[in-house]
Amino acid sequence: MILTLAFRNLFHDRIRLAVTLIGILFSIVLVAVQLGLYLGSSRMITAMIERANGELWVTAYGAKSFEDGGLLLTQRERHAALATPGVKAVSPMIVAFAEWRKPSGGSTRVVVVGTDAEDGGLEPWSLVKGTWADIKAPDAIAVDNSYLRELDISGVGDTAQIAQGRVKVRALTSGIRSFTQSPYVFTPLNRARHLLGAPADKTTFFLVQLYPDANVEAVRADLLQRLEGADVLTRPEFRDRSLTQWLFRTGAGVALIGGALLGILVGTVIVAQTLYSSTKDHLNEFATLRALGSSSGYIHKVILAQAGMSAVIGYVLGMMISLTVLVMSKSSPLPLVMTWGLAGALFALTLSMCAISAVSAIIKVTKIDPATVFNR
Amino acid sequence: MTLPPSLEAEDIVKELGRGAGKVVALKGVSLSLNPGELTLLMGPSGSGKTTLLSILGCILTQTSGEIRVAGQSTTGLSPEELAELRRKNIGYIFQSYNLFPTLNALENVRIALDVLGQKGYAASQRAEEVLHDVGLGHRLKNFPGNLSGGEQQRVAVARAIASSPSVVLADEPTAALDSENGHAVMELLARIAREQERSVLAVTHDPRTLGYADRVVRIEDGLIVGEERRPDGLDAPSVTDLTKRRKAHG
Repeated sequence: MILTLAFRNLFHDRIRLAVTLIGILFSIVLVAVQLGLYLGSSRMITAMIERANGELWVTAYGAKSFEDGGLLLTQRERHAALATPGVKAVSPMIVAFAEWRKPSGGSTRVVVVGTDAEDGGLEPWSLVKGTWADIKAPDAIAVDNSYLRELDISGVGDTAQIAQGRVKVRALTSGIRSFTQSPYVFTPLNRARHLLGAPADKTTFFLVQLYPDANVEAVRADLLQRLEGADVLTRPEFRDRSLTQWLFRTGAGVALIGGALLGILVGTVIVAQTLYSSTKDHLNEFATLRALGSSSGYIHKVILAQAGMSAVIGYVLGMMISLTVLVMSKSSPLPLVMTWGLAGALFALTLSMCAISAVSAIIKVTKIDPATVFNR
Repeated sequence: MTLPPSLEAEDIVKELGRGAGKVVALKGVSLSLNPGELTLLMGPSGSGKTTLLSILGCILTQTSGEIRVAGQSTTGLSPEELAELRRKNIGYIFQSYNLFPTLNALENVRIALDVLGQKGYAASQRAEEVLHDVGLGHRLKNFPGNLSGGEQQRVAVARAIASSPSVVLADEPTAALDSENGHAVMELLARIAREQERSVLAVTHDPRTLGYADRVVRIEDGLIVGEERRPDGLDAPSVTDLTKRRKAHG
């Protein structure tokens, strides 16, 4: 009967129900979009770090992110790393911003990623046209197909200029987007050095692969002693550092989380208000229940059931809209991400939001004097 | 064998408001309700009828005095304990019926059982049974908005007796009803008292109800000023007699 009464109370006033659902829906969509963007941004920022094959990253001291390494490491550090017990391989990688001159004039910034696939460090994934072997051809590069317009090219075979050298697109990746909105350009290590005008022994990172039985922390401590002026980071540390740099130091993440919190706040207020006014409208019925001898817990359950039903309906509608936005964002520069975890968290959040909203109604109903039934 | 009173009130005083605005609504009222009896509590407006009914029904607490429901004193009980006492022992019938507009007749009765923890098929069966008893077996699925005033009050009576309480308290049960429906509801209350051995107390100022009473208690200015009981040896009119008499007048 609790569910029946809650359901009937809820659907008794359709306009109020619509307002409640719009409140929840608005909140869910806002939170889903903001957190989806946050998740999408996080994935973009950490994609290279996650894909790279190495337990440890050697970076210039104080490197803030994948794109911020500079070109400061030398062969001396590489040899020192290779001589460290437990180290199996050390793969150099160059990452630097450079100017891309568009074929029809003008320029844009790109991030050149120089790496040799045979080192087992990092190679472009999701290749939809061409292979890594094609990228090893003279002047060859790989770019992501989502940036073709931005780079003013139409696909494989087109040429352009990066900083000091001409390049030819030999391969295309799909879905490797950049949080900085400067497209990644993959090319072999030496060509990257050539394009950037870097000395032959300079490198941005060394990716350190360990033997299976090596202790990561012990090797790291050893490396830190051997490599003066360099940082040695585990993959999670470097990932967190990059996220901190792009999401929090720039304020982008704070804005996204702030937007999500605002969504939760607005949703909670709207649901609380409608639930409170619904409870007020049904106060005589709750007083009658109390006069009939119901416990206050019974009445609280009716209100919570109303809140729960609103939450479930609002969540389903909100998720339908959020998923539509997600599909529409697939081809945008900043696609939304929805995971089962996020969907579950949103459901839990909706339920909690509605439960918190029910508090004001519960407080109201707790103060009911059953004697009011005689005053009607 | 005489059964013990279902409900006893002893020297009940009730003060309302405080300071200069304080009003003594009840000034020492004692009353017992016996099983099988329909008692009418009559008095002018403001005499304390409804206040007494609220205190007897454990909805209001008295300033002093003692209430015993089924032998248990209510003194010192918490609101939750009083609610438990109500749901186990007392059925209420209100002047304005107080039905749930979003629930149909059957559900309105079922909710009283649900509050008591009786759920499922058995509760539905019981609700259906009492609605048949009050003559509404054909209106089970009707919502209050589609029922006449008399029918709504009969649903309220069914709700009050569904959990088989020992005491049924009715606040002006005929006030909102026309003559025919008023008599029908009083017949029902008389039947509940006599055939089901319950104590029924109805607050009323409707003289049409007198013929149904086993006992009439008069209250004025917060004091019981008189009590008339049907003379010993004279049986209360049977419900059938009452129905015949009403039809003859009608």
